[in-house]
Amino acid sequence: MAAALLHGVGSTTPLSSVNYNNSRRSLPGYVVHERKRASFLIQCYGSLLPGSKIGINRAAKLSTNAVTTKQDNVTASTTSKPGHELLLFEALREGLEEEMERDPRVCVMGEDVGHYGGSYKVTKGLADKYGDLRVLDTPIAENSFTGMGIGAAMTGLRPIVEGMNMGFLLLAFNQISNNCGMLHYTSGGQFEIPIVIRGPGGVGRQLGAEHSQRLESYFQSIPGIQMVACSTPYNAKGLMKAAIRSDNPVILFEHVLLYNLKERVPDEEYVLNLEEAEMVRMGEHVTILTYSRMRYHVMQAAKTLVNKGYDPEVIDIRSLKPFDLHTIGNSVKKTHRVVIVEECMRTGGIGASLTASINEHFHDYLDAPIVCLSSQDVPTPYAGTLEDWTVVQPAQIVATVEQLCQ
Amino acid sequence: MAQLTRRAAALNKSLPAAILAARGLATASTSPITVETSLPFTAHKIDPPSRSVETSSQELLTFFRDMALMRRMEIAADSLYKAKLIRGFCHLYDGQEAVCVGMEAAINRKDCIITAYRDHCIFLGRGGTLLEAFAELMGRKDGCSKGKGGSMHFYKKEGGFYGGHGIVGAQVPLGCGLAFAQKYSKDESVTFAMYGDGAANQGQLFEALNMAALWDLPAILVCENNHYGMGTAEWRAAKSPAYYKRGDYVPGLKVDGMDALAVKQACKFAKEHALKNGPIILEMDTYRYHGHSMSDPGSTYRTRDEISGVRQERDPIERIRKLVLAHDIATEKELKDTEKEVRKEVDEAIAQAKESPMPDPSELFTNVYVKGLGTESFGADRKEVRTVLP
Repeated sequence: MAAALLHGVGSTTPLSSVNYNNSRRSLPGYVVHERKRASFLIQCYGSLLPGSKIGINRAAKLSTNAVTTKQDNVTASTTSKPGHELLLFEALREGLEEEMERDPRVCVMGEDVGHYGGSYKVTKGLADKYGDLRVLDTPIAENSFTGMGIGAAMTGLRPIVEGMNMGFLLLAFNQISNNCGMLHYTSGGQFEIPIVIRGPGGVGRQLGAEHSQRLESYFQSIPGIQMVACSTPYNAKGLMKAAIRSDNPVILFEHVLLYNLKERVPDEEYVLNLEEAEMVRMGEHVTILTYSRMRYHVMQAAKTLVNKGYDPEVIDIRSLKPFDLHTIGNSVKKTHRVVIVEECMRTGGIGASLTASINEHFHDYLDAPIVCLSSQDVPTPYAGTLEDWTVVQPAQIVATVEQLCQ
Repeated sequence: MAQLTRRAAALNKSLPAAILAARGLATASTSPITVETSLPFTAHKIDPPSRSVETSSQELLTFFRDMALMRRMEIAADSLYKAKLIRGFCHLYDGQEAVCVGMEAAINRKDCIITAYRDHCIFLGRGGTLLEAFAELMGRKDGCSKGKGGSMHFYKKEGGFYGGHGIVGAQVPLGCGLAFAQKYSKDESVTFAMYGDGAANQGQLFEALNMAALWDLPAILVCENNHYGMGTAEWRAAKSPAYYKRGDYVPGLKVDGMDALAVKQACKFAKEHALKNGPIILEMDTYRYHGHSMSDPGSTYRTRDEISGVRQERDPIERIRKLVLAHDIATEKELKDTEKEVRKEVDEAIAQAKESPMPDPSELFTNVYVKGLGTESFGADRKEVRTVLP
């Protein structure tokens, strides 16, 4: 069943400058890329949502010049305001607050989100502003409060369920998989579940095995949900808003170590596209696909690679389900070599799916097998050195690209 | 009274007016009759409601007809399953009809009901039609879930029926979520979250109960205790089979689930309580004649004598029949005619459902996501709109 998907190709917003509080990983700012493309591409994908209703009717809604411009670029437009600096958790909070202001049906529930302000301060101050019922402190009962969120969503509320750590959401797996993902289908479209499930995951600083889980892969097969991973304050705020506005259930993956990233975000309101990938750095030699924290490892490796004369194209895939095969495909057609760098588990991880997907769709364009660098299939050890070796390090990325581009 | 007229209206929709007039139902009055429930209520941490229930002849006839319809539907489903028109899992509700019908008499369509997989009759009670039910069971396009749900996934949004869930116990937190939404929107309605004696041992139930009690959610947890969790008797699965007491700090009421009037009284009482004071547990002591599902004969873990004993002594339809005859509301023949009519109605619905086509192959991919993917997104300058992936 081939489906026709109409895309207007727009630019994605790259990072302009990112400051880390952690001095070990300071990165210089890099050049902002702004692209305007006035072309339409009609592509047929087998893997994305086919539906007999998708067709040329959609053309009426598409604009010819789909662009988002980042505010503090070199040629600042006169109508825009300078923007304000935010840490990533503040950006999430700002997005959340704007949506709660806009729609009274939006509510938050989770452990310690209310009076405590959220274990990562994402919901700080919201309970004072909106009350205890709208920013609900739940007992430690993930299975049932996730179920509660889903039940509330069935009636039309738009809850945001916060898992204190993504690993704890394993307890709610039944609710997420069987109810959240499936109810729209099994009810024949009667019920919508506009829920957002979010929380930090990933390997942190020696937090131990159970608190350093990389669980994107566990949820990726669930039909009916969307998964996104944010990596910068700009895309965190935009994705949070998009996820809340989406009528589908969305799982928003954050990362424990990225909450203190600082970036300048625009003053004006913006909402990012949930299914779109972000072009971080354009290049010609190799496509590096990454998401979440590994984006920063990749950019660090990219610096070294540029010095060595390579020109990597870095794409932050952002959308883990479904993959933005459009952006990825264009990149593969240009560079013909792909490296996937992810923090997910090796076996059955996001990278494994992405490898299969790219091989299926773009096999003819590949000059070399796809290399997937993922974290090791081990529980995260406590010892610092071992933990470092669990995830992919920039040196490994450099070595892989060098070998691939020989 | 409003509920009764609604029930009557629902009834009128299914019976042509001529038959109504001819059978003297038009003369069935709404003047109150007081009936005593068969057993007193047993209460936990609350004062039980009185045993005297107000009803009317119209209501009793409605009860009779509705229960007869449900019984007939379930038996017809049994034959359809054996004829391999219904596949997979089919969990039948016959014997338990009083719970559903009594509950409907006490509430309105703004109240929500959510239950597990034994949902065919509750779906009917909430306004579902026979055609939708049978078509869904046979996997046809005209089913309530377009044939994509099956026996365990009946839903009726307009009727306030939230399903239809296959995983035991998972519907109770969903039910608390419905109650949360009702409290959030302040619309003075309650949620009945139903589960069985087997599901009563699920942890998520207690988690949900804790939260409902903590926040005074208008949730009523209804345990339909038919004494068997699939093949395991309740005394073999539960240390404390007093399910109405399991709420501890949450009050509970034990009700004879085979007596529709007792159920009605208890549900009315529970609704008043939930709106003021938060959750309450109702334990309905009921019984199912069939096995757990169609693949279970139902006689390996209980004796045929037990089943026939309950059928003779406690059958809900017989009880209403006796009441109707005792109060001279209708004659024996009229009741038999009702049953024949109901049988005909069910047969017609089955014939119509059999003609309904299977879903289109393109339906495989519809309703996975709402309206396809994509929220409208835009950049900070808002001058140009980012396109939406369809």
